[in-house]
Amino acid sequence: MYSEKVIEHFQNPHNYGRIENPDGIGEVGNMKCGDIMKLYIKLKGDAIEDIKFETFGCAAAIATSSVVTDLAKGKSIEDALKINAKDVVDSLGGLPNIKVHCSLLAIDALSEAVYDYYKNTGKEISEDLKKKHESIKKRDDE
Amino acid sequence: MKKVYLDYVATTPVDPLAVKEMAPYFSDKFGNTMSLYSLGREAKKDLEESRKKIASLISADPEEIFFTSSATESNNTILKGIKGSHMVISSIEHACIMESALWLEKQGARVTRIPVDKFGLVNPLDIEKAITKDTALVSIIHGSNEVGTIQDIGEIGRICREKNVLFHTDASQTFGKIKIDVENIDLLSASSHKIYGPKGAGIIFKRKGVDLTPLIHGGGQEEGLRSSTVNVPSIVGFAKACQIAEERMEKDLEKISRLFKKLVQEVLKIDNVYLTGHPEKRLKNIASFYFSFIEGESLVLSLDLEGIAVSTGSACSSRSLEPSHVLIAMGLEHEQAHGSLRVSLGRNTTEGEIDYFVDKLKESVNKLRKISPLCIQKK
Repeated sequence: MYSEKVIEHFQNPHNYGRIENPDGIGEVGNMKCGDIMKLYIKLKGDAIEDIKFETFGCAAAIATSSVVTDLAKGKSIEDALKINAKDVVDSLGGLPNIKVHCSLLAIDALSEAVYDYYKNTGKEISEDLKKKHESIKKRDDE
Repeated sequence: MKKVYLDYVATTPVDPLAVKEMAPYFSDKFGNTMSLYSLGREAKKDLEESRKKIASLISADPEEIFFTSSATESNNTILKGIKGSHMVISSIEHACIMESALWLEKQGARVTRIPVDKFGLVNPLDIEKAITKDTALVSIIHGSNEVGTIQDIGEIGRICREKNVLFHTDASQTFGKIKIDVENIDLLSASSHKIYGPKGAGIIFKRKGVDLTPLIHGGGQEEGLRSSTVNVPSIVGFAKACQIAEERMEKDLEKISRLFKKLVQEVLKIDNVYLTGHPEKRLKNIASFYFSFIEGESLVLSLDLEGIAVSTGSACSSRSLEPSHVLIAMGLEHEQAHGSLRVSLGRNTTEGEIDYFVDKLKESVNKLRKISPLCIQKK
């Protein structure tokens, strides 16, 4: 059911672990849904210099976390926020339909990390990012 | 890569002796049991011989054994074929009972689901209380396919008899593995492929005088209870598997109990892992655990990459994304059920396989806990 790419990322996930003193942390998911992701970012100027994740979840959740960190590393915040589910699923050579929500979770973790960074530094937060933050919180609190 | 199969509860390899027994029925002895000429009559004779061998395993009368294609079909036939407005089941039945019960409710029947305790045990007194004058059937699984807990079917059957209610047990996991006394049982389901027989054969044990409406109508095979050309090759293989199971039961039980003890001892040495199911009233071929901080599907896949086949009740592994209803019924939290792992042993399991499994399990658990944000133990 999983593509070779998924298994590859699951077996040897990229960028897992923590960053000491990160600029932003995004935490999404809840126990009931069964996936919890924590994503740490370190910035250099406007670019994501380092990114790491910790994930509790299925193989798809771990593989999507790994791929999102790959896609975001080195990108500007603006570009990183443009990563969408299709990018993640395509990079993994497809995901079973029932697991597609895992890719969204990884993207949400990234946008939450950016939100956290903006909030910590008192930077202006766009309406889009605010809305997204609120809808993620609402979903995860359920 | 080394291959270690530890999912004998899902299915078993067919015993080579059963394969040998089946072979002629694909070629020389291919007759239809309903045909009048000798080829058909011989097939019918061999079918009846098989019925005898299978009946012997539960000390039943061969006339009380009816062939189906699987235990799922047997269970569907029984639940849907008993006429009555109320039914009592447990909350830890196999999906084929749970889903049949849901379907019956849609048709207007009433179903009471009896809870279990933290060990997965049904209290027979709860069944007694649930029986009303409308109750037509009580159906309780004998050995749990997920945690291995064995229900007291002798006592439950006695209560049902006293209350004049039919008692059915799904014995898919216990038939051929432990001794079953059908004295207080009216209906029983069992399957071939769980006991080293081929897939495609199951039985209904139906006590004489119990009235059951067929699910499949047609040519009237199996006394009209299950029409369809009889699957002689699979049934012959099933019968051979039953004969072998009867001969080896004690020896197999002794070996598997020993391996179970070793397995559980070694696995519980890992931090934050718990055994589920009843400590004593259980099948020794099923060891079910849950691990904190990691998710079961990841663990299964991680072990698969080491050549090990095991299973999980985690939500992420199910089509519905719901965790195992059995573990939830036993009072496990969602997060505990997410970390579940079922290891099941069989006749071919060796001590070396257990050692290999435990080694790889430790590695996989460590690796996944390193990735997990929940693990409080890491540096």
